[in-house]
Amino acid sequence: MPIPSPFHPRTSALCTGLRWKDWAGYHAVCNYGICHEPEYYAFRHAAGLMDVTPLHKYDVHGPDAAAFLARVMAKNILKLKLGQVTYCCWCDEHGKLLDDGTVWRLDEQYFRVTAAEPNLTWFKRNAHGFDVTIVDTTSQIAAVSLQGPHARDILKQVCDADMDGLKFFWMTPTSIEGHDAIITRTGYTGDLGYEVWVGNDAALPLWDALMSAGQPFGIAPTGLDALDVCRVEAGFIMNGVDYYSANHCIIENRKSTPYEAGLGWTVNLDRDPFIGQEPLRREKENGAIRHFVGLEVDWDEFEHLHDQFGLPPELCTEAWRDPKPIYTPSGKQVGYATSGAWSPMLKKNLALATVDSQFSDVGEELRIECTVEYERHKIKATIEKKPFFDPPRKRSVLGDTK
Amino acid sequence: MTTQRYDAIIVGGGHNGLVCAAYLARAGRKVLVLERRHVLGGAAVSEELYPGFHFSVCSYVVSLFRPQIIRDLELTKHGLEMIPLESSFTPQLEGPGLCRWPEWHRTRREIAQFSAQDADIYPEFGLAMSKMAYFARELIDNPAPDPASLNPTELIRMLRLGKHMRSLGPDMMHLNMQLLTMSACDFLDLWFESDVLKAPMAVSGIIGTFLGVRSPGTAYVLLHHYMGEIDGAFRSWGFVKGGTGQLSNAVANAARSLGVEIRTEAPVQQLLMRNGEAQGVVLENGDEIRANIVVSGLDPRRTFMNLVGEDHLEDDFVTQLKRFKYRGSSGKVNIAVDRLPEFAGRPNVNGRADHLRGDIAIAPGIDYLETAYDEAKYGDFSRRPYINVVIPSIVDPSVAPPGKHIVSCFVQYAPYHIKEGPENWPSRREAFGDTVVDTLEEYCPGFKDSILFRQVLTPWDLEQEFGLTEGNIFHGELSPEQLLFQRPMSGWAQYKTPIDKLWMCASGTHPGGGIMGAPGLLAARAILKARAT
Repeated sequence: MPIPSPFHPRTSALCTGLRWKDWAGYHAVCNYGICHEPEYYAFRHAAGLMDVTPLHKYDVHGPDAAAFLARVMAKNILKLKLGQVTYCCWCDEHGKLLDDGTVWRLDEQYFRVTAAEPNLTWFKRNAHGFDVTIVDTTSQIAAVSLQGPHARDILKQVCDADMDGLKFFWMTPTSIEGHDAIITRTGYTGDLGYEVWVGNDAALPLWDALMSAGQPFGIAPTGLDALDVCRVEAGFIMNGVDYYSANHCIIENRKSTPYEAGLGWTVNLDRDPFIGQEPLRREKENGAIRHFVGLEVDWDEFEHLHDQFGLPPELCTEAWRDPKPIYTPSGKQVGYATSGAWSPMLKKNLALATVDSQFSDVGEELRIECTVEYERHKIKATIEKKPFFDPPRKRSVLGDTK
Repeated sequence: MTTQRYDAIIVGGGHNGLVCAAYLARAGRKVLVLERRHVLGGAAVSEELYPGFHFSVCSYVVSLFRPQIIRDLELTKHGLEMIPLESSFTPQLEGPGLCRWPEWHRTRREIAQFSAQDADIYPEFGLAMSKMAYFARELIDNPAPDPASLNPTELIRMLRLGKHMRSLGPDMMHLNMQLLTMSACDFLDLWFESDVLKAPMAVSGIIGTFLGVRSPGTAYVLLHHYMGEIDGAFRSWGFVKGGTGQLSNAVANAARSLGVEIRTEAPVQQLLMRNGEAQGVVLENGDEIRANIVVSGLDPRRTFMNLVGEDHLEDDFVTQLKRFKYRGSSGKVNIAVDRLPEFAGRPNVNGRADHLRGDIAIAPGIDYLETAYDEAKYGDFSRRPYINVVIPSIVDPSVAPPGKHIVSCFVQYAPYHIKEGPENWPSRREAFGDTVVDTLEEYCPGFKDSILFRQVLTPWDLEQEFGLTEGNIFHGELSPEQLLFQRPMSGWAQYKTPIDKLWMCASGTHPGGGIMGAPGLLAARAILKARAT
């Protein structure tokens, strides 16, 4: 049975649709009402408030904290500045992806890692010889994500931190309702957004303060279904959906590398040894055999296909996760789409897919399986640059940035 | 003497005998099954020992029963329903103990109370073991190849197995060697640090053997546990609705529908031997029944020493036969109680006890288990034994009156060879039963007062009543040297015997004991392939 998060008294009272799922062993709201769409629009037009406590959190302290994380992560954490947050991934010794998440530098010798899966043992196993302490703080820290164009306005009402100056992927300590809090400018929507981290005892005051300050800005509690549509628009890869941690793979082919997953930009090869360095270097030289890409499914063909059955185009408004094969125009299977969604912002039918590298360039025209009236068909899907949706406000900074 | 003639007579109406009979009949053979007792099922039997309480007298959970048999014999139509075990609870004398659940994160949190590291490694271990079990599945679904034979069929089988093994990769090959040679305890030490977690895992390595968790070779038996878990829902550990005997009854119904004749209370005295060949059987009442072949559902010792007789066997064979180890090490205590047991460390909530819906292992630590073995080594039952408790009436209310429960206790160690000699077990039976009840009382205060009825089965009783030699529940120990092409002995591991027209089909043959049905199925296939009848 999942357990409630510290926000449960509020989220459960609001979740009148009673749609929940298990997220990392916690009760998590899929959507608060009977449909996720109002929540999606809150993320994109106002502000959405979401309980993200189930994210796994590890605090790393000690003189060797930076060196240790530089060894475990594919990114060079030694370069991370005080107050900076970075998105990164980590691999096993064969250069196969284990997980992805963020690393924050809270102090010279104090970092925090967020992850999709439990990683404590992997970190500890690789901490040999480093003077560090690694603590699983998942159940001690409550967190909410506040995402949307008015997220900054709302936070400015509840704290004194320099929200205007806080840059994308930086953090600031602050105080909210008399409780210590950390605000990171991070999120999974690809929009202007923040995550707020507090001790469990401050969870309810934090929630109440944000909901009350957010009222004039149209704040809405949001669940995982709305988030899923946003993350497809943002083109973000998801562990356990678009790729599988090497820890869970029975066969080699199921594993991925950062280069295959489109995370090559997070790998810093030329530095002191880190886990997976040599295989990753070889792969960089030889090129990955497949790539994670964004697809736009051709609307005209989609509509035309339905028309042949006398149907109007039928779309599920929720994001999907059941894999679909991807073909070349000549009918050879060259990959698979692992998630997708109709983008209400872009009015496009989007998918995220892994395809053989020779067919992975932007503009490549492929075919995706599409089932209409229990019949399988193939329709055009063109590779598009990710993120599909990338508003300037995501990185915008106001006022004095020094 | 009757004039009736059969293609095959199956001696023993245990689940394997019935499976074998059904498959032979399905291939058009005329088959007769002879069972000594008044009920079918052998050790897979249910009996109403106390009014309203239907006990799974011996075998109490099913894991490895071949899904293929359920499909082939349409057992669901013939009354088979399985209920999965939902959890695995290991109480401690202090604190809430450890409960493992089907949900990963819930289990992770439970284990993390004892070791955060073990909590993370647990799924990794599960994946490695599942890979091995995937490999082993090939072994249990096929006859064991004989590596000493030059027969082309055997060579092809060996090659296929070699290829399959190579596909495991070097890591898994190492794991395989560790599993074959190490003790359950040493093997688990490679992965885990928490005693509370290791103890209930280690017991899978000792069930039904006269070995301790620190004895080499016990790691391999752990794997059997994971085979039960592989593929999740359709192969998980489960109860049979109505009790284990309902599985035997379903197979019997299927067999009857295929034309098999089944007689109960028809004990076989010996084989009808002519010119070194089995021509039928002689019943205890003197009746002779003839058949083209006889298939024995008894264990190897009973088959050859009782049915055939030493006179008809070669010395070498008899020597090997005598070396095959039985040495039963467990007993069973079946209890009827007037209320749901309640563990002090983890009380029931509003009369509900989710943690009791699966199996409950009284195995609080590795030392506890090894101490239990120490006593058994020197000819005594354990003062504080390992007990595998299940309360099937929680998930299957049909087996007990409303609000009342069946508490089934598999107890180890209870060595067949006690100091006083096995025949003196009856005088120690009640003391043994008291030990079990007293042990449970420590974890569930008030348990003793809730008892309405109890049945104590010592290894001696298992032998006398159920025909399990030396009380071994698996028709011979499941230890690496008695498995595969050495079960029951090298050269005779493919259901055929040195006696012409006599075959074997039960747990004493590959792939061994447990309610698996595989020996019965594989024996039937071998018989049909050899056109023996």
